[in-house]
Amino acid sequence: MPLASRTTLTRTAAVALAAGLALTLTACGSGSKGSADAGSSGGAVKVGLITKTDTNPFFVKMKEGAQKAAKENNVTLSTAAGKFDGDNAGQIAAIENMVAAGVKGILITPSDSKAILPAIKKARDKGVLVIALDSPTDPTDGTDALFATNNEKAGELIGQYAKAAMAGKSAKIATLDLAPGVAVGQLRHDGFLKGFGIAEGDPSVVCSQDTGGDQAKGQTAMENCLQKAPDINVVYTINEPAALGAYTALKAKGREKDVLIVSVDGGCTGTQAVKDGKIAATSQQYPLVMASQGVKAVADYAKSGVKPIGYTDTGVNLITDKPQAGVDAKDTAYGLENCWG
Amino acid sequence: MTTSTVPYGNLTGPSTLRRLATAPVAGPLAALVLACAFFSLMTDQFLSGGNFSLIIQQVMVVGALAVGQTLIILTAGIDLSCGAVMAFGSIVIAKMAANGTVPPLVAIALGLAVCAGFGLLNGLLVKLIPLPPFIVTLGMLNVAFALTHIYSNEQTVSDLPRALTFLGETFPLGDTDVTYGSLVALGLFGLFAYLLSSTSWGRHVYALGNSPEAARLNGIRTGRLTIGLYAIAGLVYGIAALLLISRTGVGDPQAGQTDNLDSITAVVLGGTSLFGGRGSVLGSLIGALIVGVFRNGLQLMGVASIYQTLITGVLVILAVTVDQISRKRIR
Repeated sequence: MPLASRTTLTRTAAVALAAGLALTLTACGSGSKGSADAGSSGGAVKVGLITKTDTNPFFVKMKEGAQKAAKENNVTLSTAAGKFDGDNAGQIAAIENMVAAGVKGILITPSDSKAILPAIKKARDKGVLVIALDSPTDPTDGTDALFATNNEKAGELIGQYAKAAMAGKSAKIATLDLAPGVAVGQLRHDGFLKGFGIAEGDPSVVCSQDTGGDQAKGQTAMENCLQKAPDINVVYTINEPAALGAYTALKAKGREKDVLIVSVDGGCTGTQAVKDGKIAATSQQYPLVMASQGVKAVADYAKSGVKPIGYTDTGVNLITDKPQAGVDAKDTAYGLENCWG
Repeated sequence: MTTSTVPYGNLTGPSTLRRLATAPVAGPLAALVLACAFFSLMTDQFLSGGNFSLIIQQVMVVGALAVGQTLIILTAGIDLSCGAVMAFGSIVIAKMAANGTVPPLVAIALGLAVCAGFGLLNGLLVKLIPLPPFIVTLGMLNVAFALTHIYSNEQTVSDLPRALTFLGETFPLGDTDVTYGSLVALGLFGLFAYLLSSTSWGRHVYALGNSPEAARLNGIRTGRLTIGLYAIAGLVYGIAALLLISRTGVGDPQAGQTDNLDSITAVVLGGTSLFGGRGSVLGSLIGALIVGVFRNGLQLMGVASIYQTLITGVLVILAVTVDQISRKRIR
């Protein structure tokens, strides 16, 4: 059967091609990461960084900071991430694989502050130093240490700023939040209310919607809020993408000039939006600092055996070009110099 | 289930069936072996019993889902709801048992029943109305996802009784530790491999996937068979839910969000045809292992995870290409 033999050949070739291409790709992958990571490099101290996702600019910057610090401290960095924000199983697998690879310490931004605890405990039981970056586990002593922005303070700063900017005018507030049950979002939201001097459930908050920190969802949320309460004049947003979405919705209604938008994060796009006057103020945090201090802490631990403990505040600054009396702030020139993304 | 052989013409005669069921496994198996050899050369840590045990633990949840997914895909269907159904099942089990009001075993039985119920509903909608499986399970994905979040109140359920996490515990095997859950998953594969290849029920499933009309004319009750397959798949997702809880130690409402696609990836990489009638659960196990080996191996090499996604995507396209080429050969 000549036909059969020919197609068998084709099929075999296809399988071989599949395997070959996979291997080639793998080789490319390792090549582009630098040869330091490939294979086992004997005595070099290994540090793992596990972020929530690979694609969020915040985590991209965090990775950059870690890579730079790894070079400076002469350690080998490997990175991993969940497939989406909230991918606990993906982060668990990453921890296991890194422990198998023999890391000295793991830096992790936990997607789920509770569900990740058993996996972290297993790693710590094997003598691996685990430091939470950006967001804490619940309880916080699930990790050896936490290097993060004080998210509540970040919220408080823009709350105070908004209060001062409103100068006694009656406020109709929309809050564009993150998602239910996510600590970062809750802390920023609570901080904003505290800074503004109101409690949860205050009648001046006329609309609250979840955005997932996404620009398109932020826009939809703002459109719906304006439908519900057209006289909104203050918008709190979980991050700048949500803020820019809100800005787009407000602009479509011709309201962009008379509504005060405040936000948290301090990404470069967001800080530029503050400079352009789209966002009034934002609280800037520093993922690069979190990561580089984390890597350094693991390197120090490898040398001296001393573990970092407790909470290290990696700082937050209010960025605005229209400062208000009584609220400390830096201008956008400083913000753009220190932004991430 | 009887073992009597009903003749369906040469389409499903025993030897043809064997070829259809086993032939696609050779390619995936070769890819798996090659990948293992590659990572063994590249890293010192890959080739060890402990690491293989780890990979099996990591893929067993998606692997169990892939068993159910294989059953559906063998009938030329698709199940987008499997991850969400599993997540709902896991939250039902975890919340019931954590409240302490329900004994753990009853909670597990309830969870399995709920998952089987979702599968049954899928099957009824696919067969009785009838609606395309893609649409039915897409809808069910959202229903199960929403119910998970409503019922869990967005809260992770922790501090579970040991009966729920028992499968995550390990026993020593040589110098490695193996979880009981890995055995359950492997047992699931063994059971369905046997049922599909050596019983008349299995033959009926392949016949249905090859040509529903021919199967019906040969006296197979295709309606009952299809609905039953979806229900069984649902039950299997319930077992996956139990494996998930035991692995993570918590009930997690966020779980399973990409597991539907991951299970399809495993099935496709395992050589099961998306057009129905060809493939095996053994292939799906190999498919799941291929993904797990790449994920683990690349991590050991220190390659960033985004490359794992890239490589998985390329592998899937190649696997479907191989399927198409070999399919033409059979015609």
